[in-house]
Amino acid sequence: MTETASADVPYAIELMGISKAFGPVQANKDISLQVSKGTIHGIVGENGAGKSTLMSILYGFYKADAGDIYINGQLTHIPDSQAAIRAGIGMVHQHFKLVENFTVVENVILGAEDGAMLKPSVAKARKLLKQLAEEYQLHVDPDSVIEELSVGHAQRVEILKQLYREADILILDEPTGVLTPSEANHFFRILDGLKAEGKTIVLITHKLREIMRVTDTVSVMRRGEMTDTVPTASTSPEELAEMMVGRKVLLRVDKQPAKSGKVVVDVRNLTVRDDQKVERLKDVSLSVRAGEILGIAGVAGNGQSELLKVLGGMIPATSGTIEMNGAAIDLTGKRSDGQSRRARGISHVPEDRQREGLIMPFMAWENMAFGYHNDPAYQLNRLLMDNNALKRITADKMQSYDVRPPDPMLAAKNFSGGNQQKLVVAREIERNPDLLLVGQPTRGVDIGAIEFIHKQIIALRDQGKAILLVSVELDEIFGLSDRIAVMFDGRIMGERLPDETDERELGLLMAGVSEEKGAA
Amino acid sequence: MDLSTVILLLDSSVRLATPLLLACLAGLFSERAGIIDIGLEGKLLIAAFFSASAAAYTGNVWLGLLAGVAASMVFAGLHGLASITFRGNQLISGVAINFLAAGMTVVIGESWFALGGRTPQLEGAGRFHNITLPFAEAAQGVPFIGPIYHDLISGHSILVYVGFLMVPLTWWVLFRTRFGLRLRAVGENPAAVDTAGVSVVGMRFTAVLIAGVLCGIAGAYLATGLSAGFVKDMSAGRGFIALAALIFSKWRPWYALMACLLFGLLDATGSLFQNIQVAGISVPVQFMQALPYILTVVILAGFVGKAIPPKAGGTPYVKEQ
Repeated sequence: MTETASADVPYAIELMGISKAFGPVQANKDISLQVSKGTIHGIVGENGAGKSTLMSILYGFYKADAGDIYINGQLTHIPDSQAAIRAGIGMVHQHFKLVENFTVVENVILGAEDGAMLKPSVAKARKLLKQLAEEYQLHVDPDSVIEELSVGHAQRVEILKQLYREADILILDEPTGVLTPSEANHFFRILDGLKAEGKTIVLITHKLREIMRVTDTVSVMRRGEMTDTVPTASTSPEELAEMMVGRKVLLRVDKQPAKSGKVVVDVRNLTVRDDQKVERLKDVSLSVRAGEILGIAGVAGNGQSELLKVLGGMIPATSGTIEMNGAAIDLTGKRSDGQSRRARGISHVPEDRQREGLIMPFMAWENMAFGYHNDPAYQLNRLLMDNNALKRITADKMQSYDVRPPDPMLAAKNFSGGNQQKLVVAREIERNPDLLLVGQPTRGVDIGAIEFIHKQIIALRDQGKAILLVSVELDEIFGLSDRIAVMFDGRIMGERLPDETDERELGLLMAGVSEEKGAA
Repeated sequence: MDLSTVILLLDSSVRLATPLLLACLAGLFSERAGIIDIGLEGKLLIAAFFSASAAAYTGNVWLGLLAGVAASMVFAGLHGLASITFRGNQLISGVAINFLAAGMTVVIGESWFALGGRTPQLEGAGRFHNITLPFAEAAQGVPFIGPIYHDLISGHSILVYVGFLMVPLTWWVLFRTRFGLRLRAVGENPAAVDTAGVSVVGMRFTAVLIAGVLCGIAGAYLATGLSAGFVKDMSAGRGFIALAALIFSKWRPWYALMACLLFGLLDATGSLFQNIQVAGISVPVQFMQALPYILTVVILAGFVGKAIPPKAGGTPYVKEQ
């Protein structure tokens, strides 16, 4: 056995000089990392910093160009996932690797069956699952089908899968992105339990608060390099953010109290039924005033998307009214499309920028025209568009919104997530709307870009515009909103002022527990 | 309609359903693994041709069967190479295979036998003959059960029995074995299989080759069991009907049996009752022959309900970054 640590117990994971390049891009540069057995180690870094690549190398998805991996002090060669599993490494991916129409038990045994017949494997797995459920609070019905499970339960299945394979080292990639606050808390308790059993956990996340809450040590990655590793107790979120970005970052959004004016948009008793006649919005009423940000909090899929889409003219409403600056807008028919909405002063930064905000193979300047292609500034004459003007305008906007690289001829798909979002934000905010609809403005966006986008939204508010913000990130809701409404199951559960509520109360509302029930 | 007519009709249905069933199960293996296979037709045809050729040349139908299966597997391998290894479009690869088979069989056939694309008439050991099950003769006298056993169940070519036995076998493999679990998983979410340390490419190739074997048997049955030699375009759209039956059956083996028997029955009705009188008007024979196809459209358009195909069907697997 190679002695790799000065301590008597070898490190659970020791990486030495790992490098990996994809073409000209150096994803990992000479990375070394030590993780002690029975600890939780966090890895933070911006998108594209190389966290996922490094973990994929450890899990055998990629082969490193150079460097050695030691597992429990032993030099280990990991050419594929099978080898990683043999070495006791399990990985829970950000996007679950589950077969949706299989049962829990089938998913757990897949690839780790005991023999050619299923029956004995299933029987064994069932027994073991029960045991693991008791041991780690990972309760889930072994016979339920994955597509019927909540996201939190599906994640438990992923962890059970790894434990069933007797993984001692668990790599968790952005595990809490999809969880409600209470699910996340339960999840952290599970992690504590696993740690107590001597498992080693590597947690990849961009949520610095989680790092502070659960990890023992934390490593920061920036541009493919491991910049530092520190004990969590001796650092702070501010310090970590600075290490990630390479400069000081304001985590707390800096804003003055709102000077709200007249009501800009007034939604009354809005109901939306989808094609399957399921009610997605139930009797929703709300209003947004000039110069204020109304934040809609909630777990994804509770009607927020539909609310944005109705307001943005993407889907028709079943009943109810919406008044914009005191005049009703059409909720069905020809005058209810996105273009009509834009004519009424409503701009929309959609939730899914890759599907609704941009056309990925199109160039930046082409994307800049969408929704506004009838703008006189973009027309050469009655027939042709003035592409040169459009390119020039795009280049200007890219400059002022710090889109990198500032090249209007680059296809949207070639920008990073943050820069794609800046393109969409630039397009929508620059139209100087009366009402800006913003869905998940910083999903998958780097800390540096988040700061920038938040500043733009605040600046628009301070110009006296109304902003409706939908986000699943509570931090974002708290940071930006002047008022917070919580949605659950298509309803507004309640409205709160950010100073007069806390995460716990919002969490309960998001889970559908209203004041009355909560008091009972 | 008396019992003997009914038995005659059903007997014919069984024969006509057999190639559909084998091709349908072939498609089932392939598509359950996420590889869409519209090249069933081409594989049927190429297998029919090579089995008839080999049987004519050697005078041994078993060598014919072997040659048919081998030819079909080569085509299946091509489909796998194009759609799994090179991640090409599975529909286009399937169409190419259909064209290739339609052209190759005629060109090679003409060059080998100079019979206008036909193979010589197969005789004796060059054909699959009907086999009589034990006690069939003895049981013939028993009323009702006797004729059913003697005329309907007994007296088919061995490949018919193989085809029908493939149904429980397929079910068992898919739902009771490790191989089946992995095969179904790879058609639903290949990433789950990959991260579990199982080769996606390996699973998919195996499935595609199994489809090759089954299509090979179906093609050989067409040329050496159902008829006595190869005729140009003799698969006559059966590969596509099998595909329709596959959707109709929602990618399940027992439903596939039902669907194929139904299409077989329609086919048999069409050829048995060429002059049918409905309310005094005689139905044109063309209509009866078109009935299976019309029914396919009707069934697929409205009666199947929601047929949910394997989720990863048609998409090549690429490891994500």
